[in-house]
Amino acid sequence: MTTTRPLKFWQGVNQALHQEMERDEKVVLVGEDVGGPGGPYGVTRNLRATFGPNRVRDTPISESTIAGLGVGAAAVGLRPVVELMFFDFCMLAMDQIVNQAAKYRYFTGRSLPFTIRTMSGSGGSYGAQHCQSFEAWFAAVPGLTVVMPSNARDAKGLLKSAIRSDDPTLVIETFGLLTARRDTPVDEDFLVPLGVAETRRTGDDVTVVATGRMVDRSLEAAERAAADGVSAEVIDPRTIAPLDRATIVESVSRTGRLVVVQEAPGPFSVAAEVCALAVEECFDRLRAAPVRLCAEFANVPTPQELVEARVPGVDAIHAALLTVTR
Amino acid sequence: MPDDVTSPPPADLYRQLLLCRRFEEVVAEQYREGRVPGPLHLALGQEATAVGVCAALRRTDVITSTHRGHHHCLAKGADVDRMMAELLGRRTGYSAGRNGSMHIADPDVGLLGTNGIVGGGLPIATGAAFGLQVQGRDDVAVCFFGEGATATGNFGEALNLAALWSLPVVFVCENNRFAELTPSSTHVAGEVWQRAEAYGFPGVRVDGSDVHAVAAASHEAVARARAGDGPTLLEVMTYRLSGHYVGDPATYRDEAEAQAWRDRDAVARARADIAESDATAIDDEISTLLATAVERALAAPTADPEDLG
Ligand SMILES: Cc1ncc(C[n+]2csc(CCOP(=O)(O)OP(=O)(O)O)c2C)c(N)n1
Repeated sequence: MTTTRPLKFWQGVNQALHQEMERDEKVVLVGEDVGGPGGPYGVTRNLRATFGPNRVRDTPISESTIAGLGVGAAAVGLRPVVELMFFDFCMLAMDQIVNQAAKYRYFTGRSLPFTIRTMSGSGGSYGAQHCQSFEAWFAAVPGLTVVMPSNARDAKGLLKSAIRSDDPTLVIETFGLLTARRDTPVDEDFLVPLGVAETRRTGDDVTVVATGRMVDRSLEAAERAAADGVSAEVIDPRTIAPLDRATIVESVSRTGRLVVVQEAPGPFSVAAEVCALAVEECFDRLRAAPVRLCAEFANVPTPQELVEARVPGVDAIHAALLTVTR
Repeated sequence: MPDDVTSPPPADLYRQLLLCRRFEEVVAEQYREGRVPGPLHLALGQEATAVGVCAALRRTDVITSTHRGHHHCLAKGADVDRMMAELLGRRTGYSAGRNGSMHIADPDVGLLGTNGIVGGGLPIATGAAFGLQVQGRDDVAVCFFGEGATATGNFGEALNLAALWSLPVVFVCENNRFAELTPSSTHVAGEVWQRAEAYGFPGVRVDGSDVHAVAAASHEAVARARAGDGPTLLEVMTYRLSGHYVGDPATYRDEAEAQAWRDRDAVARARADIAESDATAIDDEISTLLATAVERALAAPTADPEDLG
């Protein structure tokens, strides 16, 4: 029996970092405020005290070079974990992530064991430059693995897998989930494999594919729909790239209906990709047009009510489940 | 490359300089024959920067290079056959002929890569130096970049961070007076070497037509880095005798200025340092080496779509 604890999301991340740094001295952590202060939200607390200033370093505010620390250090044998505080700040490191890290194996034939942790501010009141959802941008780049845990268990297991992976992996944490709990194995060997979706709820009538903060909402909406006689299956891809196409195709082929729920706007997004997948691979089995529930195509506001007004809520998801199965 | 080279014998310096010079000339000929499937940025006139700097390096030291980087690769010990094959788009090249001149890498000799992004190597060399420092190795990282790259944000970021962490890195600005089609006066305010002072570490300007001067400056900077005393910024004053790319008529260049640099050519000066019979032998050796490289490359299959993955 594996022991589990109801960890908060941030604790899952913190435990993963402790375990992997303990396990392999080549794992190092760099980023703004990650050391002494333990991270702006406490996610990296105690790491500096445990592993010392050689392996846990506070950087100046130099996103491009922070990402470059990962590329260069991985190229000479470390397994660096680099924190870029907010997803929005990754825009300043695009060259290092997209043109350098993602191309390294292509140019050299060598591995580049490099993990970038960043955080989407989704769910917080940080406004239009701290709360964007860019997962599709990075998922569109050959050579990058992109994961987006929706809960503590996956946050821990995916980060550990990312650190052990031999290729650059972007781990997207979510502000609005930092204190959400899920039972999580404490075991050092617990890993969540990259590229494998989790079916969080099984069902027969409609497949829901949800990411990030939308997973728990979709599960709640599915419970409500069950009371209305609609059986919804809820899939969390967990890894955005490479997407676990097989799990989604199998489910949609069975249910004949697809609802995709995400916090990013719809155009050119992960939801668009999942719908394309369903149309390409399950066309004959579809009983209704795929539905996308996404954020409005507008910049993210600051006040909490406006934040929530812009993204799908449980009511909207519930309503979509009833409509698509009508 | 032996460990802990102090000052390479003059014949070795000439051999290396000539290899860099002739490699560019041979590749340019191949380009004109239509056999090079990508752009080519040559470093004719800049050979002493690469050879002088790398004279202070070991195989286990690492460098990052640029879009104009054949001479860096050769001076760090990259394989001539594999480089030639890569440039000629052959499967025997460094990455199966699919990437070409701006993407040559050979981590086994410490060459982390040429780079298609101006300034892209600055954070990587800084990161490599960080990795070497964490592991307690006494190897160093050397970052080559043009003066054009000093206008990028990466330059300020990398110098600041390297200084803060006292990283074992040498920043080598190869000031060849042009960035693409415009003179450095359009790109660079003030003096590059002086920017180091603001970050609290040494900045040194050195004559890039004198390979001994470059090697001496490099030795000092590398020794400082190895000893854990932090970064140095070397500004090597050189001149690009070629156009920005092969085919660029370089009409923006002042012929008299170019001629003045040709008159102080580092390759010719290194040749004059050794006996004529030795020089002739090296000339023949390099000609054969390059002719063989071209021959082998052309005999190899061209890049294959199968190798895209
Ligand atoms: C980020 C970026 N901007 C622009 C270019 C286009 N470009 C290629 S070479 C070059 C000039 C670079 O000048 P410098 O750094 O002095 O190097 P040099 O060509 O003189 O060796 C430019 C602008 C590029 N490759 N990357």
